[in-house]
Amino acid sequence: MAQQLNQLRETASQTAGPYVHIGCVPNFSGISGVYDEDLGIAMVNEKTAGERIVIEGRVFDGTGTPLKDSLIEIWQADSQGLYNSPSEMRGTADPNFTGWGRQAMDMDTGVFRFETVKPGRVPFLDGRLQAPHVSLWIVARGINLGLNTRMYFADEEAANAEDPVLVRIEHQVRVPTLMATRKGDTYHFDIYLQGESETIFFDI
Amino acid sequence: MGNAKPETGAFFPRNRSLHPKAFTPDYKTSVVRSPQKALLSLNDTISEITGPVFGHEILGEKDNDLILNFARPGESALGERIVVHGRVLDERGRGVSGALLEFWQANAGGRYRHAKEGYIAPLDPNFGGCGRTITDDDGYYSLRTVKPGPYPWPNGVNDWRPSHIHFSVFGHGFAQRLITQMYFEGDPLIPLCPIARTITDQAALDQLIAPLDMANTIPMDARAFKFDIVLRGRRSTLFENRMEGN
Ligand SMILES: [Fe+2]
Repeated sequence: MAQQLNQLRETASQTAGPYVHIGCVPNFSGISGVYDEDLGIAMVNEKTAGERIVIEGRVFDGTGTPLKDSLIEIWQADSQGLYNSPSEMRGTADPNFTGWGRQAMDMDTGVFRFETVKPGRVPFLDGRLQAPHVSLWIVARGINLGLNTRMYFADEEAANAEDPVLVRIEHQVRVPTLMATRKGDTYHFDIYLQGESETIFFDI
Repeated sequence: MGNAKPETGAFFPRNRSLHPKAFTPDYKTSVVRSPQKALLSLNDTISEITGPVFGHEILGEKDNDLILNFARPGESALGERIVVHGRVLDERGRGVSGALLEFWQANAGGRYRHAKEGYIAPLDPNFGGCGRTITDDDGYYSLRTVKPGPYPWPNGVNDWRPSHIHFSVFGHGFAQRLITQMYFEGDPLIPLCPIARTITDQAALDQLIAPLDMANTIPMDARAFKFDIVLRGRRSTLFENRMEGN
């Protein structure tokens, strides 16, 4: 008999359920006085370097109805393409930018909104540059395991055309599902859980 | 994290067979919220292996004490007093230090403090239902609360959630992000619950059930339950391609 690998198994996921706000954004949910502020609400401050942008959108279910009870987290590089993380070995990120945001959607309209900066480019495994992108993680009632996707910027045509992740997607017809479109300072990014325009979700 | 070597390795591929599938029709809400196309496999880049740090300074004194953190001065939440404790580990068995744990639950009667909640069981004026903590250098954490009650929910005509505590876990990398639920040993509602049953791997479900831990029970005060959480592990970076500038 060979040795045992002695590898533990990851804890299984369970849905975030309808009351995820109580645990992750209690002030938003009306539970005040326990934490000063909900985590992830503010990604930038007045000293943050880079171009200020807003990311706004909705998440649609298979009937075309926007979700109103979901929670989204984003993770991105700063304007110079550096992550504010101990695992970032290429330099020191902007200390005035967290890179991480968390927002519930508006309980009436389903709109989510992040105030952030446009991220710089970061390398792929082989050193080629990826196009600017934001990583997203979506949880909600009815979603059994958090969904991972990426948001790219439609106006970064040259960078997108050489992005190592985008170019190897077999069904290029689906690539536009990852593209946010710009209007003023706001990038609009809708996410479709099902249907013809189902967003590309990643196994990361 | 301390003086430990920075972690720059890719995560082990996720073993999706132990997780629930996206489409689980007995849990009805999943039907229109489950992606139908195959996930696109993405080898971890720096965007996936990095993640933010949460410092202990964000924590208030009572953040991990749901019995007191919403209660009026001198009062406390009603219900069976319990301690939940354990370690956050990675798949290699190493403690994950600095992991952010956030938890939420119904009160002892099975009622959540939430605008969308309609169960007839009453609110407890001294119970908010949220808490958080950050693991120590060994990955250890603990919290104090009251045991949440089971509650009925609109799915089948007579579906009840077993007593459970929701956990959100943030390790060191964005790809480790996890939300799960902790159940209590011996609860007969677990095998009946359509949400628990979205997990078809019995060992994986068993791993969500916290046993009574008499050794850590506080005499004349609170029973203890042990709940360890395992996050994805990382490959050693030893012979990996170095990232540019590394
Ligand atoms: Fe629940």
